[in-house]
Amino acid sequence: MTAGDERPSFELVTDDEGATVRLAGAWTVETAGPLFQELQLLRLPGRGRLILDGAALSAVDTAGAWLIYRLGREARKNNLAVDLAAMRGPHRSLIDEVAANDAPCPVTPPHKLGAVQLLEDLGKGTADLWREGLKFVSFVGLVVVTIGRTLLQPQRLRFTSVVYHMEQVGVRAMPIVGLMAFLLGIVIAQQGEFQLRRFGAEVFVVDLVAISILREIAILITAIMLAGRSGSAFTAQIGTMVLNEEIDAMRTLGIDPIETLVLPRLFAIVLMTPLLTFYSDIIGIFGGGLFSWLALDMTPAAFIDRLNAAITTDSFLVGIIKAPFFAAVIALAGCFEGLKVSGGAESVGKQTTRSVVESIFLVIVLDAAFAVFFSAINM
Amino acid sequence: MTSDPVIKVRGLKTAFGPQVVHDNLDIDVYQGEIIGVVGGSGTGKSVLLRSIIGLLHPVAGSIEVLGKDIIGMSQHELLELAVRWGVLFQHGALFTSLTVAQNIEAPLREHTKMPQQLMDEIASYKLSMVGLPPDAGAKFPAELSGGMIKRAALARSLALDPDILFLDEPTSGLDPIGAAAFDGLIRRLRDALGLTVFLVTHDLDTLHAVCDRIAVLAEKRVIVIGAMDDMLACEHPWVREYFHGPRSRAAGLHKAAGDGPQG
Ligand SMILES: Nc1ncnc2c1ncn2[C@@H]1O[C@H](COP(=O)(O)OP(=O)(O)OP(=O)(O)O)[C@@H](O)[C@H]1O
Ligand SMILES: [Mg+2]
Repeated sequence: MTAGDERPSFELVTDDEGATVRLAGAWTVETAGPLFQELQLLRLPGRGRLILDGAALSAVDTAGAWLIYRLGREARKNNLAVDLAAMRGPHRSLIDEVAANDAPCPVTPPHKLGAVQLLEDLGKGTADLWREGLKFVSFVGLVVVTIGRTLLQPQRLRFTSVVYHMEQVGVRAMPIVGLMAFLLGIVIAQQGEFQLRRFGAEVFVVDLVAISILREIAILITAIMLAGRSGSAFTAQIGTMVLNEEIDAMRTLGIDPIETLVLPRLFAIVLMTPLLTFYSDIIGIFGGGLFSWLALDMTPAAFIDRLNAAITTDSFLVGIIKAPFFAAVIALAGCFEGLKVSGGAESVGKQTTRSVVESIFLVIVLDAAFAVFFSAINM
Repeated sequence: MTSDPVIKVRGLKTAFGPQVVHDNLDIDVYQGEIIGVVGGSGTGKSVLLRSIIGLLHPVAGSIEVLGKDIIGMSQHELLELAVRWGVLFQHGALFTSLTVAQNIEAPLREHTKMPQQLMDEIASYKLSMVGLPPDAGAKFPAELSGGMIKRAALARSLALDPDILFLDEPTSGLDPIGAAAFDGLIRRLRDALGLTVFLVTHDLDTLHAVCDRIAVLAEKRVIVIGAMDDMLACEHPWVREYFHGPRSRAAGLHKAAGDGPQG
């Protein structure tokens, strides 16, 4: 942007032999917009010659030169002979520069018509869904094979990395997972009490809290938090590495990305999720107990008594058994989506969203399957 | 060339934690000149460039660009000034979610009022100026080769027809023919627009072909600044090694200075 104070202008003067356009002021990128529109209204004569007189121009940059060149191009289309002799030297060389580079380029990739595009997207989406599913299954297969190899050669496991991710995934999730479990414990107790009081059965609040938390709530809230916290982080980390060509570099260096990136995350989350679930079991029941004590005047001793009667080891196991499976789904979906990143920053965002949605979806589906399974075996 | 420098750096000190990159560095760049900045890897050429354009805050010293003090400038003032310079970052720094043409249009859209058609036309000729084929316009940065990214980034840095052009290793990653074309383009633009160019480069051919003056960065400061002849005459060991090494012989510098037979 060259500083030029004079207002840009032009003036068309016709004579017997054709016309002269007198250009004046600063023709720069700042003023190019309005000038462009005014120039479109200019009516050039039908024949003869056109003199472009730039003696009064105070400043010209490539945008201004482009406008002048365009004017000449229009004139030539009108069969006018264009005469640039009255342009100053530097301005002429700029005009020559842009003239030599008059090559229109497409700005965006070609678009199809709305309806056609919609149909195409729909078809593609459906086909992709199937293909993605297959790819995910083959990715899981690859991970299982890699796990098998690692079990045979345990020294290949990136132990430091596993511990690091255990801290990120597990220890650092404790405050938020604990808070969620605590609040849910209170909510279940409060809602349960409200309904059960009508039958004079407030004491069963304990059963309600304990069983729902142990069997479902603790593991679900833990899994959902992990999908949002850690699954998304896995996708973003691995995706950024893909963009940075780090994954390609690993492959060429003979470092297996599954072994170095996926396995430590998978192991860390599979180890930590049962522990986190156990932890939210305790906090959730504690929340319910606290509510019962404060709102229902049920002493802690009475609460624990009732708790002992209400739950069995099975209730606890039902929740905890699911934990490693949900964890594996979250880690696999997170890493899988991360490795699929391509292009740019936008893709990282898209895949991260997908990984979270996918893993929560799969967790709920698995949970339903487990519910059927456990009721079939009377657990 | 007028006597008032467009870029005036005095007593610059930059550091990352305990690591001091520059200490008491002075440099002047004058209107309409092309200054080449050289130095070994990690001597702080990119850091100097980033300090001058206000992306890094120095520990001490003063930096004036176009007569305005960069240090202590508000974000808003800096933005206003930034319109008057174009920057080519060492790694391109194209916006990955926009096509190449949209990347070139981004500064136009932000700082000027112009119809889409004119923006598309400007993007087209800039693209051609930097030597990219028209079909590159609709491509996304991820679909470009390394050299094409450099060219696209150069086109974007030229979008607003800046007064000052900051180029960080523009010709690295270009084929020699492309690099020579680039040298020609810079010279022509400078001659026609009165552009001031701050050029960080390792390319001896570029230094030789386009730079009016060369500044050598070593020992945390500018150890020598001047024309190519001054470089060849300089006794500093690194400068000797650089300008008298085997590569400089290939670039024909010795013949230019007339010292000794070619190797
Ligand atoms: N963001 C940063 N944080 C910490 N140190 C940095 C940072 N950026 C640069 N450095 C350090 O500052 C020094 C100078 O870096 P700079 O990028 O300016 O080098 P350069 O001269 O441009 O080298 P090259 O020719 O390789 O591009 C280096 O030692 C580098 O490690
Ligand atoms: Mg650098």
